[in-house]
Amino acid sequence: MMLLGKKIGMTQVYDENGRICPVTVVQAGPCTVLQVKTTQSDGYNAVQMGFEDVKPSRVKKPAEGHAKKAGAMAKRFVREWRLNDKQPQCKPGDAITVAGFEGVKTVDVVGTSKGKGFAGTMKRHAFGGFPASHGTERKHRAPGSQSGHGTDRGHGGNIKKGKRMSGHMGHSTVTTKNHKLISVDAENNLLVIKGAIAGPNGGYVIVKAGKSAVG
Amino acid sequence: MKNQLLEKVAAKSQKQTLPKFKIGDTVDVHCLIKEGEKERVQIFNGTVISRRGSGISETITVRRIVNEQGVERIFPLHSPNIVDIKPVRSGRSRKAKLYYLRDRVGRSTRLKDEHTDQSDGTKE
Repeated sequence: MMLLGKKIGMTQVYDENGRICPVTVVQAGPCTVLQVKTTQSDGYNAVQMGFEDVKPSRVKKPAEGHAKKAGAMAKRFVREWRLNDKQPQCKPGDAITVAGFEGVKTVDVVGTSKGKGFAGTMKRHAFGGFPASHGTERKHRAPGSQSGHGTDRGHGGNIKKGKRMSGHMGHSTVTTKNHKLISVDAENNLLVIKGAIAGPNGGYVIVKAGKSAVG
Repeated sequence: MKNQLLEKVAAKSQKQTLPKFKIGDTVDVHCLIKEGEKERVQIFNGTVISRRGSGISETITVRRIVNEQGVERIFPLHSPNIVDIKPVRSGRSRKAKLYYLRDRVGRSTRLKDEHTDQSDGTKE
């Protein structure tokens, strides 16, 4: 089971033992099936679904035409649900809702993390930096030396590949797995998921049924 | 918490009505304690010195003196384990947070009763 949605925000609920449980609320679906791919037609089985309509004036013609085949408006967030060996059970134009998550114990959530811009090594890779005093001058948050003879054997005086440095941080795809699914609200299309998921409120997320059977 | 959908989710584990009391009041907090299979109610008596948060995350801090040692407990108001909060004695306070009580000992920790305060005024 897979569904596209939007992170609404975090709140708390009490579980059956009276303990506070931090939860993230995701408004998931209803998603429209835009295209069904099978081994015969495309070489693999998948369901392409879209979430949230876009105004026709804001969308390119091919996207509009693609959605029209399913009898739907163009969608803002379109992703594929790979089915591997299973045969797709739906047809274009069908709606997929949170009702499919009924009975699911855990979920995996794919989101896009908040962008942090160009970040230094202390923030990006949790480097230690340098002391605040004891003679340290102008390099309190510096990354230190990049390479040396001892660590650089056989690299011809170059920095090793993958050396952790400053750079762009965040705004990357982050998957968090095995979130307990607390409740499903079919009326408001809500999934209540335990714990935090990546991204800002209002960010688009993909929710998949988890593989672990144990809640 | 402004989002209506978030409020809807939280409302399911929220209490409909909360007991009425003020900052400075002495209250009995009835909390449910589970010991294995058994359940019993324990009462924590003390002065409400702060109330913070909103909605489901609202909490109160209750302070009392045990063996000349100050003890503070923080109770989430909407917790199902907090069965009841009964005001025992009202206390007059001019501040929302009574953290100054932490620096006081003995009689000075007592707050004037709201009602006796009024009667004192009429006597003279």
